Amino acid sequence: MKSYDAIVIGAGHNGLSNGAYLAKAGLDVVVLEKNDYIGGAAASRELHAGWTYSNASYVCSMLRQALHRDLDLSRHGLILVPYLGTVNFGDDGETLVAYPNEAAEYLELKRHSAHDADSMHRFQADLARYAQFIRKTLLRTPPDPTSFRLRDIRELLFLGKRFWSLGEKEMYEYVRFFTMSAAEFLEDYFENDLIKAAMASPGIIGTALGVYSPGSAYILLHHVMGDVDGNIGAWGLARGGMGAISRAIAGALQEHGGELRTNAGVQKILVEEGKAVGVVLESGEEVSARIVVSNLDAKRTFTRIMDRNDLPPGIYEKAEKFKIRGSSGKVNIALSGLPKFTGLPENRYINRGGQTFSGSLETMERAYDCWKRGRWSDDPFVESVIPSAWDPTVAPPGKHWMSNFVQYCPPALADGPWTPQKRDQFGQTVVDKIERYSPGFRDLIVHMEVRTPHELEQEIGLTEGNIFQGELTIDQLLFNRPFPGYAQYRMPVKNLYMCGSSTHPGGGVSAACGANAAREILLDLKRPNTVPEDDFYDE
Amino acid sequence: MTFTMNDVNPYAGERLKETHFHPREAALNIRDAWASWNGYKFAECYYDAEYEYFCVRNTCGTYDICPMQKYLVRGGDAEAMLNRMVTRDITKLPLNRVTYVVWCTDEGRVVDDGTIFRLAADEFMLTCGSPCSNWLRMSAFGFGDVKVIDGTDEIAALSLQGPTSCAVLKKMGLAGIELARPFDILYFPFHDDTLMVSRTGFTGDLGYELWITPRLALTLWDELYAAGADHGIQPYGEEATNMARLEAGFIMPDMELHEALKTIHFEHDQSPFELNLGWLVDFDKPHFNGRSALLKEKERGPKFTLTRLDIPGNKPAEGAILYNNERCAKDIGYVTSAMWSPAVKANIALAMIKTEFLKGDIWAEIYHQKELRQYRKVVLCTVIRKPFWTPARARATPPPDY
Repeated sequence: MKSYDAIVIGAGHNGLSNGAYLAKAGLDVVVLEKNDYIGGAAASRELHAGWTYSNASYVCSMLRQALHRDLDLSRHGLILVPYLGTVNFGDDGETLVAYPNEAAEYLELKRHSAHDADSMHRFQADLARYAQFIRKTLLRTPPDPTSFRLRDIRELLFLGKRFWSLGEKEMYEYVRFFTMSAAEFLEDYFENDLIKAAMASPGIIGTALGVYSPGSAYILLHHVMGDVDGNIGAWGLARGGMGAISRAIAGALQEHGGELRTNAGVQKILVEEGKAVGVVLESGEEVSARIVVSNLDAKRTFTRIMDRNDLPPGIYEKAEKFKIRGSSGKVNIALSGLPKFTGLPENRYINRGGQTFSGSLETMERAYDCWKRGRWSDDPFVESVIPSAWDPTVAPPGKHWMSNFVQYCPPALADGPWTPQKRDQFGQTVVDKIERYSPGFRDLIVHMEVRTPHELEQEIGLTEGNIFQGELTIDQLLFNRPFPGYAQYRMPVKNLYMCGSSTHPGGGVSAACGANAAREILLDLKRPNTVPEDDFYDE
Repeated sequence: MTFTMNDVNPYAGERLKETHFHPREAALNIRDAWASWNGYKFAECYYDAEYEYFCVRNTCGTYDICPMQKYLVRGGDAEAMLNRMVTRDITKLPLNRVTYVVWCTDEGRVVDDGTIFRLAADEFMLTCGSPCSNWLRMSAFGFGDVKVIDGTDEIAALSLQGPTSCAVLKKMGLAGIELARPFDILYFPFHDDTLMVSRTGFTGDLGYELWITPRLALTLWDELYAAGADHGIQPYGEEATNMARLEAGFIMPDMELHEALKTIHFEHDQSPFELNLGWLVDFDKPHFNGRSALLKEKERGPKFTLTRLDIPGNKPAEGAILYNNERCAKDIGYVTSAMWSPAVKANIALAMIKTEFLKGDIWAEIYHQKELRQYRKVVLCTVIRKPFWTPARARATPPPDY
């Protein structure tokens, strides 16, 4: 029986980037995927002839450019196209357009509030300052604050130096910021409710928190610290859909000699004498390796594909309690034409960007209230993008598809389990919401894919449908991710590692978790490091 | 102050001329970002330069090449005259094909670069960036049957570039356009006239150039934009062009090339070998301008060589001086164009480097600004042998629809 140097479980984009860097170092690697397609939550599939949905994640900003460049992902077919012209819709149909041009943006804000238009400069500067600090940690292994090893001390000094460079006042502000709610944070800057709602919306995405919940300010930051070609806070579309990212990384993996196996779900990680030695597939086949890397979330890894008796005391319990609450659904809609929205001019740029149906802070909080009671929001927050307006490869000419990220949607309903019927009712709530802003929208629908947290868990293995593989709250960030003491990608069992978004730097299509884990593995195996350092735009 | 019909606008002589496509372009130039090219009003960008660049790489865009010079060279001696002028063998250029050329002074320094279209056995079209009627008249001296006509104002020309460009032309009704190979010329009936289409461009991507009588320029625009509406068509300006051509590794006048006839300082112009265009020089053909100087240069090697560089970090190395070591003691060349390439995700540059230093280390001294403060860094560059960006669709016949 063939034995590999490394098995990576799960061909999501982080599993692929981990495999690619291990293969680049000369290791004999196999990446195992339970589905018949790769990509996990960064996948694109044709579910209706002619239309290619990005089924889960839909836009990209976190992907580390250093990795893109180093793995030569452009040559493997990846091109990231920034999109612009997002419109925020208020409760009463009022609109706030995000223009790419500074002067136009200022005038648009001023139309709503002169005060807020001026305040926006201070807001952007403060946010950029915070982002700059946290951005620098993305492609680094978090230090263990309790360790006296040289590497940890050096890394702590690195963080400390960055932190001190913020200045005394900002250091206080930063600590405050980490624990604040998005709404409170925004109160310091803005008076207009539509502007506040628009700015707050990144603070709840993917998280079971409301705009008034402490910790949501950080989530906001997490969504604006990425960049496209150095434009921090910008978001892009992968040409061909998010699956193009996974395909490109898989191309790099295979180029370096790595192997990829689909329809190869892992049933169990094999542990002998306290060491991971391989896996058993759902088919019963055993695959052995020197090390095993799990790209599954922490809860799934330790409670589903490991024997509790193979784990040191306390780990199973930690994994059980790992905060991984699902909060969002995804509705992908194939359309026979481009939807028109009330109150917007026939501007060829702004009718084609994203649409954010945020309403007001109040509406967003009420949407969260439903989730707390085990119901999907009856007036949900919806963030939409029409990728086909930008990408000629994902729908037939003149036809479109709309990606709708919906919050909130609970993993378990108060009135019993999810059924296909309830799933479709949830989908209709979303269509109703869009129809309110775009009369006639319903008539354009050709096909729909509705995914609640239940589908996200069943299809791509995200526990409770949490898109970040664990919430991004301070108790689960940096050296606390996934658990204190296990933040350096090494797991409690020897030769077992984790490389998914459950590890630092967390959720988002960054490929950084996978690359960071590869760096640690190569260190343990005494192989030369193949993972590049980040290239900072704000160096 | 306003002028009535009978007044003469005292500033009219100073205003830029408008191209045949101007009415449509002006409506789409949301930023009022205009520059000039050969006296014509010419867009720097229309909406957002980066967006327009991405249209060229992702969907398609149009670029107004009306201001580009178009000379019609006709007569029994037209072929011989052009063959005497340019370094490439024009006798090998078949009918309805286009070729890229340079022409040189007797000293073997480049006067300009451009393209030659063979429209008939005895008729050619020469296009170039700068007016050169004076050089053409000198080049025609001694040839009996040759007539050079400046057709710049009489031909409206629009470049359509990008992955969906072929699909758009098909949708516009140009049957068989997908069979055009790179550098082919095709003709299509267009209303009561003829539309000439060449599969040429300046972006390194799939693309075409459309040539039409000015009378039908706006009709062409409207039909093209109607066909392209569902294929992401967008006008793009000079800034996006400059990004795309640099990724493709094409030289730009006034950046890589300082025209020989406008050069004051000794050898501040370039030879084809220095521009890495030695492949355009054909010593097997009969005598041509600059031949003996170029032959000598070929033997001893060019003093400088235009080189593609990949530069660490993300700060474009614009105007950077290059050195052979980190101490920056001896300069060995300079960067001519530099940018962050969104398609390749690399910090790329073209640089003129003293040939003898090409084998050693190349360090770039880069100045960049952060919130008004100037910073300096010195980084080790990597020489790139192949073009930065060469998508397969640019060469495929038939090309894909996107």
